[in-house]
Amino acid sequence: MRRLGLLLVAAAALLAPITGAGAAEKFITVQSTTSTQNSGLFDYILPVFTKKTGIEVRVVAVGTGQAIKNAANGDGDVLFVHAKPAEEKFVASGGGVARFDVMYNDFVFVGPKADPAKIAGGKDAVKALQTIAADKAPFASRGDDSGTHKKEKRLWKAAGIDQAKASGDWYRETGSGMGATLNAAVGMGAYTMSDRATWISFKNKGDYSVVVEGDPLLFNQYGVILVNPKKHPHVKVAEGQAFIDWLLSDEGQKTIASYKIDGQQLFYPNAKK
Amino acid sequence: MQHSPDRSAVRAGPADQVLPVRGIGLTIRRGGRALLDGVDIAIEPGPLTVIMGPNGAGKSLLLRVLANLVQPDSGLVTWGGTVPNRARAPRLGFVFQKPVMLRRSAIDNVRYALKAADVPRAERDRRAAEALAQAGLERLADAPARVLSGGEQQRLAIARALAIRPEILLLDEPTANLDPAATLAIETLVQAAHRAGTTIAFVTHDLGQARRLANDIVFVHHGRIAEHTPAYRFFSEPSSEAATAFIEGRLMP
Amino acid sequence: MQDFGAAFGEAFRLLVSLDRDLVEIVALSLRVSLGAVLAAAAIGMPIGAALAVARFPGRGAALVALNSLMGLPPVVVGLLVYLALSRAGPLGPLGLLYTPAAMTMAQMILVVPIVAAVSRQTIEDMKEEYEEQLRVLGVGPAGMIATLLWDARFSLLTALLAGFGRAIAEVGAVIIVGGNINHVTRVMTTAIALETSKGDLALALGLGLILLGLAIAVNAAVMVIRRTGNHAAFA
Repeated sequence: MRRLGLLLVAAAALLAPITGAGAAEKFITVQSTTSTQNSGLFDYILPVFTKKTGIEVRVVAVGTGQAIKNAANGDGDVLFVHAKPAEEKFVASGGGVARFDVMYNDFVFVGPKADPAKIAGGKDAVKALQTIAADKAPFASRGDDSGTHKKEKRLWKAAGIDQAKASGDWYRETGSGMGATLNAAVGMGAYTMSDRATWISFKNKGDYSVVVEGDPLLFNQYGVILVNPKKHPHVKVAEGQAFIDWLLSDEGQKTIASYKIDGQQLFYPNAKK
Repeated sequence: MQHSPDRSAVRAGPADQVLPVRGIGLTIRRGGRALLDGVDIAIEPGPLTVIMGPNGAGKSLLLRVLANLVQPDSGLVTWGGTVPNRARAPRLGFVFQKPVMLRRSAIDNVRYALKAADVPRAERDRRAAEALAQAGLERLADAPARVLSGGEQQRLAIARALAIRPEILLLDEPTANLDPAATLAIETLVQAAHRAGTTIAFVTHDLGQARRLANDIVFVHHGRIAEHTPAYRFFSEPSSEAATAFIEGRLMP
Repeated sequence: MQDFGAAFGEAFRLLVSLDRDLVEIVALSLRVSLGAVLAAAAIGMPIGAALAVARFPGRGAALVALNSLMGLPPVVVGLLVYLALSRAGPLGPLGLLYTPAAMTMAQMILVVPIVAAVSRQTIEDMKEEYEEQLRVLGVGPAGMIATLLWDARFSLLTALLAGFGRAIAEVGAVIIVGGNINHVTRVMTTAIALETSKGDLALALGLGLILLGLAIAVNAAVMVIRRTGNHAAFA
């Protein structure tokens, strides 16, 4: 029986540092999206913020829908996603204090060298989708209610196509993050829509390249929101606000703009002055 | 820190005694056969009783029923006039045909039995060393019990059983698997324990062993007790046909 | 196919350079999973031993339930623990979400049924050998459980190993309750998931090879321990 006691003490000792860690440091939890995470932006800009303020930023990267739900539950201090209508609804429902524009990037369509629908080099997103639908060329969608997915759905609507009808046929919904969807698309020779940042840093491109870009409809706006402390008293208001203020500040905006992959700028700061 | 009373027989009051051990109308049937057929038996304090009979007679089963290891289909076992209970179990020592050694050292095996009998810690160490010495096993005190030879393990099993100073020691064919030298060592131990005051009930099918050890003989045949008499009378004038045949080494009906 | 070659290259590079991030991730993986297994042992072994020793009405149903719980999907456990630890949930005020403690908790829940079920089998086998001897010594049910657990200690290592294997390999639970936060809750499996989603398959495979190596090392260590136990016939 003594041994059992020893075992329990050992277990507690093992666990103690785990539970204790981080409790004393200053940190905030930011609910954001996998595409932002995968682009590498956070790895670049967060150290700058932490160095300046001493506040650690812990990013939980999930799908947009999950990020907003988590923030609504109070499992985060700041929400930083790219789905403006959903974000505004979040603020209106009292989940967040206020929404601010931070930056935008753009989406691109990518496809295989074989280019079955012959849309390469296009600058018209809607026309490309209509061609894909007409040719029944395979198209992979994230299908996960993320900001990317919502944007994609709006484009199909603008093209006047009911793509959901073809789900399982030429329209393939992976229900996954951007990276997983890209893997799937490349694997099955399907077109897909991705944010440029994820695409550039994606390492499994196969023979894929960008086939459609530059259409203003493909711009992707990011917004940042402080989770409402009236609803969730534990929210770290001072630190969370410090992060938001920094993102919107000249220094924050400049840092965002200076993030490049292969010499290409990925995010374009557009906070209102 | 001792809360429960020492259950070893050293401190037994008359109310806690387990002797005499009685079986009344013990019956066990399996597959239509009566393994024990209405057995009445009383083991009184004092003598070294050998329970003997041919293989399959039911002697081991009888011993186990008396030790409260097996429940009879009908009939009753009493220890000292009352129903057997776990609290008094340490007042009976039991040695199995194949010794069961705990996965620890020899002396720790003995200490374990003493602890189970609620003997205080300081006394445990003393009595364990004493028990090993009496069995001639002091050299092997710290050896892992399971690497001991068959004979050594059985001596350890007896030492362990005797360490808690039971009123009666029950042994179920303890030397059946041992060579003559080990058998002699076991018999010597048992006789020494008997001389020191422990009542003994010893099951065997070995005639020679019975002759060497027994004060009383209980002869079991086909699940019944054919005879329960002092040894000298049993060997010179067996009263049953079966016993006669057994003694003469003939095949039994 | 070239990814396999690249994977070995990546694994080698990370190990040889003792890449700081790798060391951090491996250390956290071990802390979380070992902590989970030890906690699961403290809970699961007595349960397994009790089920081996006790006879009660409904024991058969309890065994079926236990064996079924071994197949709990990690992602479901993760979801349930998340709902409990979320600020909107009953244990929210503890602030345990997105910490290694939450991950250990979720893995512990996953592992308890395995440890209990394997322990039960081990103890039941040992009980057959010991039961009558312990009874004549006057040992009661509680004492029997304690004795069987201690004497079966080497065989019970197998139960722990089974539990550890399950814990170190799962990703569904820890990614939901841990959030895969860099330098805080990123372990080997969530790192592999992340690198896969970034398309860096070589790195993901390389990490996978290291994870495999870890599992082999642990198994080998247990085998050595059991062998020393065998020498003393304690096993």
